Amino acid sequence: MAQVDQAQLFEFLCRMGDNTLVLGHRVSEWCGLAPVLEEDIALANTALDLIGQTQMWLGLAGEVEGKGRSADDLAMLRDVWDFRNVLLVEQPNGDFGQTMMRQFLFDAWHLAVLTALAESSNDRIAAIAAKAVKEVQYHVERSGDTVIGLGDGTSESHQRMQKALNLLWPYVGEMFVTDAVDDAMAKAGIAPDLATLRAAFDTHVGGILTEATLTIPDGKFTHKGGKTGFQHSEHLGHMLTQMQWLQRAYPGATW
Amino acid sequence: MKPAAEEIWDWLDAVPDPEIPVISVVDLGIVREVNWDGDTLEVAVTPTYSGCPATSVISMDIETALHDRGIRDVRIKTQISPPWTTDWLSEKGRAKLMDYGIAPPRAAGGPDCCPRCKSTNVTRISQFGSTPCKAQWRCADCLEPFDYFKCI
Repeated sequence: MAQVDQAQLFEFLCRMGDNTLVLGHRVSEWCGLAPVLEEDIALANTALDLIGQTQMWLGLAGEVEGKGRSADDLAMLRDVWDFRNVLLVEQPNGDFGQTMMRQFLFDAWHLAVLTALAESSNDRIAAIAAKAVKEVQYHVERSGDTVIGLGDGTSESHQRMQKALNLLWPYVGEMFVTDAVDDAMAKAGIAPDLATLRAAFDTHVGGILTEATLTIPDGKFTHKGGKTGFQHSEHLGHMLTQMQWLQRAYPGATW
Repeated sequence: MKPAAEEIWDWLDAVPDPEIPVISVVDLGIVREVNWDGDTLEVAVTPTYSGCPATSVISMDIETALHDRGIRDVRIKTQISPPWTTDWLSEKGRAKLMDYGIAPPRAAGGPDCCPRCKSTNVTRISQFGSTPCKAQWRCADCLEPFDYFKCI
């Protein structure tokens, strides 16, 4: 197994686990509220997969850190500045179309990253990715189909999906921005060089969006600061007050 | 004397899946290994889906079943690699699923036929269903909705 700085490895694992945790929680906010029963069930199942994946990523992160923190400790006892998810996943659900656009943009990236991570030089990471990728194939199939269905749907649904794409597209770039942690992971063969995944992502996403009769907005501006923890959007803190409510109100509660 | 592995496998084959009680945890293919480590019996269990809430119940049920057979020290080892695949579902399990009204997984990605009327005129409603491992389908002939055990 390749040698790598353990603090950087911890950081990388938190990024993977925080992406799935924050998106999993966001998606779970739909439980009981989705437009039709089938979509409610699909959203709940997607959230469940993501939270399950979080347990594996943050569980391993806690082991690597070596301070005795469990996946639950990392999820429930850190504050907003310690989260390492990309800004895209913490954005509010909006309407159903906006939720599905966010899901599709993340799923397409997630699938590409997990496929590469399944070949990681780190056996533990490869095992988690090989497990998760099977679930994510279903996620992206559904989110892509839904984006097409709504984008190429009625004038109302089309207009809402275009609005969602305009809002969320500037968050895509952050998923491919690299820093010292990514470089160290790529060098050790632990994770792919994210930049090399962009072309295939653009082809995949571009194809679905064209079929959905949607137009990618102009401009190269990218919101960033989530995965480095530099600056989250105001939405994450509000989300954590819900997600971590029990541990905040009753510290140390177990059942 | 310690019971032989074969006998333990038989006992585990009597432990039902908590969500789909018609098949056993052995039918489901999630029990991967049974080994004695001194006086401790180690059972390797592979989760089906990462977040499946049945996984922890299954581990408890396995422990309880083995305790009931007089094995005091049981250790459940969660093994995620190689990842669980529906290829590990037993033939017996597949037949039981069909009888129960759940179409078994197929590499083709969809059910062979409606588990109720056996019509092949079936359509997918959703990739997701009442548990992480199932999708919702509908029979266009008898008009009944049914579960399909997803192929992964």
